[in-house]
Amino acid sequence: MAKLVAHMRLIAGALALAFIVAISAPVSAQQPSMVNPTADAVKEQQLLQQLKMIQGRVTIPDEKSSVLVHPAGREWRQFHTVTLKWIGGISIIGMLVVLVLFYLWRGPMRVKSGYSGINILRFDVLERFVHWLTAVTFVILGITGLNITFGRAVLLPWMGPEAFSAWSEWAKYAHNFLSFGFTLGVLLMFVMWIGRNLPTAVDVQWLKQGGGMFDKTDSTHAPAYKFNAGQKILFWVIVFSSAAMIISGFMLMFPFYSGLTVGNMELAEIFHAVVGVLFVALILGHIYLGTVGMEGAFGAMADGNVDLNWAKEHHSLWAKEEIQADKVKGGAMRPAE
Amino acid sequence: MARMKFLCDADRCIECNACVTACKNEHEVPWGINRRRVVTLNDGKPGERSISMACMHCTDAPCAAVCPVNVFYTTADAVVLHSKDLCIGCGYCFYACPFGAPQYPKVGNFGSRGKMDKCTFCAGGPDADGSKEEFEKYGANRLAEGKLPLCAEMCSTKSLLAGDGDVIAQIYKERVSKRGYGSGAWGWQTAYRESIAT
Repeated sequence: MAKLVAHMRLIAGALALAFIVAISAPVSAQQPSMVNPTADAVKEQQLLQQLKMIQGRVTIPDEKSSVLVHPAGREWRQFHTVTLKWIGGISIIGMLVVLVLFYLWRGPMRVKSGYSGINILRFDVLERFVHWLTAVTFVILGITGLNITFGRAVLLPWMGPEAFSAWSEWAKYAHNFLSFGFTLGVLLMFVMWIGRNLPTAVDVQWLKQGGGMFDKTDSTHAPAYKFNAGQKILFWVIVFSSAAMIISGFMLMFPFYSGLTVGNMELAEIFHAVVGVLFVALILGHIYLGTVGMEGAFGAMADGNVDLNWAKEHHSLWAKEEIQADKVKGGAMRPAE
Repeated sequence: MARMKFLCDADRCIECNACVTACKNEHEVPWGINRRRVVTLNDGKPGERSISMACMHCTDAPCAAVCPVNVFYTTADAVVLHSKDLCIGCGYCFYACPFGAPQYPKVGNFGSRGKMDKCTFCAGGPDADGSKEEFEKYGANRLAEGKLPLCAEMCSTKSLLAGDGDVIAQIYKERVSKRGYGSGAWGWQTAYRESIAT
């Protein structure tokens, strides 16, 4: 009897177990067809459309490697390989063409009253040093910078890959390290000349007359102090362009520093390149006016002296100041032309 | 000739980083350089996925387009390789790359990054196949030995596939139809301008 009760209990237990298994079994059996593991998973197209890039988490210290896909690189590539070449080509070659045409039409601006033979000091040693520090570094920075954009198309075919790579590597180092000289030069120039470059009332007249640049008889001369309105504009454009170049340039020189992303780096490059090519075009105009474009101008940055008549014609108010301050001391005689 | 591609099946990747380790060991990659990495999206949340990523050997590669000294070339197997002898370390390929593949041995002090390093699809570089110079600069050349990239070969879940694009796409399609789901071939649309219809 006791044996039967024990059997009954065993059967009841087995039945209860079977019942529990029976009601729970269908749930686990249904799982593969009911649950889609990708239903709430991240989707590439969706992420790219929403965020323009896909970023996750990585186990390595290199934070920027957590960006999985960043298709904006393609837009930057389009800028660098196509847009920039057009902007740079048009602005630089365009400027050269304009200068040649201007020279052919206008010729150099002459000193109308001829040379007096009396020199007047226009830029002292410090001013000339700062100018040439900035100028020499600018020219090297300009050439080595243009090499990065145009070298592959212009120089590589005839230099060959080995020579072109060696030159480009040195050009890169020159570009990076001379940037400090350029920065110093621009800073000193800013401090040294800002007082003379604030706008004054006489600038309006100069601008109205186009500085006499378009008068082939050389008889239009607007009064000007040490710097005329055109030079003041040049000064301020140089100050702001240089600031843009220096800030974006240092960002490129210290890539990804303190949380800069690849998108920031691309923007810095775009900024640096566009301002850079326009800057080069502008300075070509400056070089033209300081050399072949205007008779008697180059001496100001060579030995620092200009002829008194040149000063009277182009910077009448400044010449008056210098004469009143008794700074004109005859100077070395120059043969009159 | 085959058109070599990588494909990471995100529904299989378990973020074990064996591919990363295999790559580093096979090519004796220096510290700080990761030719391959595993990125985890939605880490710790529902729908978390990990994807192993390296150079995708793009069609019409952006790195090659922007390189100022033209160091990149594409092999007959459509693998994008570069010459470390010619690289000037300017870093532009990193800006153009959609996958963050280019690596530099130095961290940009005054722009001296050193020669760029990246995944070679285990295909070495322009030096003679299997030479000492090639190994020192680019790592092992398994393709020349008839082997596929080690990262994919060693993948424990066979999540990472490497090989002819058509073949691995077929494998992936079969997987997806068999198991009923698939989050797609990550990066393919960006790298090859085509995806796998599943």
